[in-house]
Amino acid sequence: MSFKPILLWSDALILLLLAVVAAGIWLARHNETFRGPLRQVWAHPVGASTALILALYAGIGLLDSLHYVDRLPDAPGKPASYSGEVQSALDKLLTPLREKVEKTYSAPFATHLYAKETVTGPDGKEVRDFPRLKHGGTHLADPEKAFWPDVLKRGGLGVLGGLVAWLVLHAFALRSRGSRVVSVTLLGILLTTGLLVALAPHYHVLGTDKVGQDVLYLSLKSVRTGLLIGTLTTLVMLPLALGLGMAAGYFGGRVDDLIQYVYTTLNSIPGVLLIAAAVLVVQVQIEAHPELFDTAAARSDVRLLALCAILGATGWTGLARLLRAEALKLRELEFVQAARAFGVTRGRILLRHLLPNVMHIVLITVVIDFSGLVLAEAVLSYVGVGVDPAMISFGNMINGARLELAREPVVWWQLAAAFLFMFALVLAANLFADQVRDALDPKAKGRA
Amino acid sequence: MLNYVIRRLLYAIPILLGVNLLTFALFFMVNTPDDMARIHLGAKHVTPEAIARWKTEHGYDKPLFLNETAQGGAKLGDTLFVEKSLKLFVLDFGAADDGRDIAREIKTRMWPSLAIALPTFLVGLLAYISFALLLVFFRGTRLDAAGVVLCVALMSISGLFYVIGGQYLMGKLWHWFPISGYQSGLEAWKFLLMPVLVSLVAGIGDSARFYRALFIEEIGKDYVRTARAKGLSELRVLFRHVLGNAMIPILTGVVVVIPRLFLGSLIIESFFGIPGLGSYTIDAIQAQDFAIVRSMVFLGSLLYIVGLVLTDISYTLVDPRVRLE
Repeated sequence: MSFKPILLWSDALILLLLAVVAAGIWLARHNETFRGPLRQVWAHPVGASTALILALYAGIGLLDSLHYVDRLPDAPGKPASYSGEVQSALDKLLTPLREKVEKTYSAPFATHLYAKETVTGPDGKEVRDFPRLKHGGTHLADPEKAFWPDVLKRGGLGVLGGLVAWLVLHAFALRSRGSRVVSVTLLGILLTTGLLVALAPHYHVLGTDKVGQDVLYLSLKSVRTGLLIGTLTTLVMLPLALGLGMAAGYFGGRVDDLIQYVYTTLNSIPGVLLIAAAVLVVQVQIEAHPELFDTAAARSDVRLLALCAILGATGWTGLARLLRAEALKLRELEFVQAARAFGVTRGRILLRHLLPNVMHIVLITVVIDFSGLVLAEAVLSYVGVGVDPAMISFGNMINGARLELAREPVVWWQLAAAFLFMFALVLAANLFADQVRDALDPKAKGRA
Repeated sequence: MLNYVIRRLLYAIPILLGVNLLTFALFFMVNTPDDMARIHLGAKHVTPEAIARWKTEHGYDKPLFLNETAQGGAKLGDTLFVEKSLKLFVLDFGAADDGRDIAREIKTRMWPSLAIALPTFLVGLLAYISFALLLVFFRGTRLDAAGVVLCVALMSISGLFYVIGGQYLMGKLWHWFPISGYQSGLEAWKFLLMPVLVSLVAGIGDSARFYRALFIEEIGKDYVRTARAKGLSELRVLFRHVLGNAMIPILTGVVVVIPRLFLGSLIIESFFGIPGLGSYTIDAIQAQDFAIVRSMVFLGSLLYIVGLVLTDISYTLVDPRVRLE
């Protein structure tokens, strides 16, 4: 084999999460209470089209979670050795983008570098000028004349490809169901993909960053980090919120007092400070034990997971409070009383009778929290307590480029790309969350 | 009422104690003072002697909870927990790692923070509620729908975008204000206006949507129909009746943050170079100055609890049915 698959901790957790989600959907399909709302979300044009966009992001994130290391050329008589650089399936797919590194900044679709250099002219004289890029637009003999026809030709082909893909999909899969909004969304996605596939191998569509990396590549790589923060945090938060919130509401008395004390204490600490304090501690611990991590990827992975754990451990209080109130209400209802009279144990009542009745609250909160967490990553990375500075993330992209607006001419593309990718994700998540809430909590409908 | 307030403030003691134990555990037990010394000394200068010297200089050379070598009360008193953690209760914050007195820094730096946070808070409250009322007035129309979509779009934009974009547009492109910096006295407004404007725009999506939801819920209730049946104009119904009755949920979210206003905003202050408590905190985080972080955590918790008590008191002001016993 020319490569060896690597399972980072976060990859394993993603697979676990995927299994949980799949099981959840399977269970919901066989459950009266959830089948209706699920169908309602899917039937609503906004619900379906945002689900499509979220699925696209999830796909990118998943591809980026299949990690491997390349096998190095065999030396005779030695066991096989592997490269220290961990790559993902997405890296492989984007190899043309990943390997085309320029010297420094270059604008989107540029053929020349951002900064002037001393170049040798055709007549042998040395002049200060913008040198040609090493990779972007190198196939053009005379960029000034050939640029627009070339971009139009390639772009046109890309658009055509996207259109054909859309028509094919339409003819086979979407004709019977799906609304106009969904097919327009799909068209948008396919056209963009077509354009990028046609143009990205020949130009830096979104420019390059300070060290010359393709910004489109960075943006796509950031997706995984954002998604991880948004989802794995939930994995930490849910058990805490469910266990403590429901126990407080159901048992009351001392248990309730203690749990309320804990979450009031956590709540009273300003959020960013608590997270910062915990992250600083983790950072010191990681720095103190470099021997635990064999690759740089493993180290930033652990730091990312620690961040998720910290966000989860500090973020469970809101949901716990909701669940406590709900359990308080539910435990007085007849069906719970009946179960108690039949001698059902407390653990079983909590698990079989209360838990299914609070699932809608849990689901709504999880979807609503997701977008907030994606945005939080950027802010935390700016404060210096986010993901590893070497990890590609929206926060680090913004952080690296925020001072460059002061340059002349302005370096705007890196910021714009990060904000745009983040905006699309968060907007889709927010709209989707609204649909989920409307479907699961009919009382809330039309309110917001 | 005085009784109630005193009792509530006494409840604060166990909570603050919990906060202290938590930060103490994080900063002294998980991360020992030795780790701290190592960070500040830098990798090159780490020797056992250097660590010991650093700890003595900064007062970290004591046992955590129990001092075996001391006599009597000092056995418990002369420890890190008392020195570094319990002293916060009498607002004795001690010195930062660079030797400056934290309490004094807080006293001077709270004013610039307040100068930004207070106008943002007041104008924001007024603007967001008015905008929400406007949407509610036109509820069910296209204007309302467009307003809600706008809110969702605005709240999907990263807060950093507003700051960076605002700074670029108003500071660099239009030359309205200096890009960052601060000056005390009357000239300060030049430096304050841009951060305030940016924070206002950044907050509108979230808040207006939230308030609109509150008002829409109120507007379906019977008393509103009664008010309309009496022949009151829609504006009067909205401002007098709906707004009045929505005051309790509004106050719940709003009053709590008032005492915390002078802690400032981390992001805004550091981007605009305002020498307030927010940028003080962010600098401390980046320099890993745990003494400052610990003080700010304690202060933040204290102010939060004060905010909770104020919230309860404010209920009695807007709703005569609420009495604090």
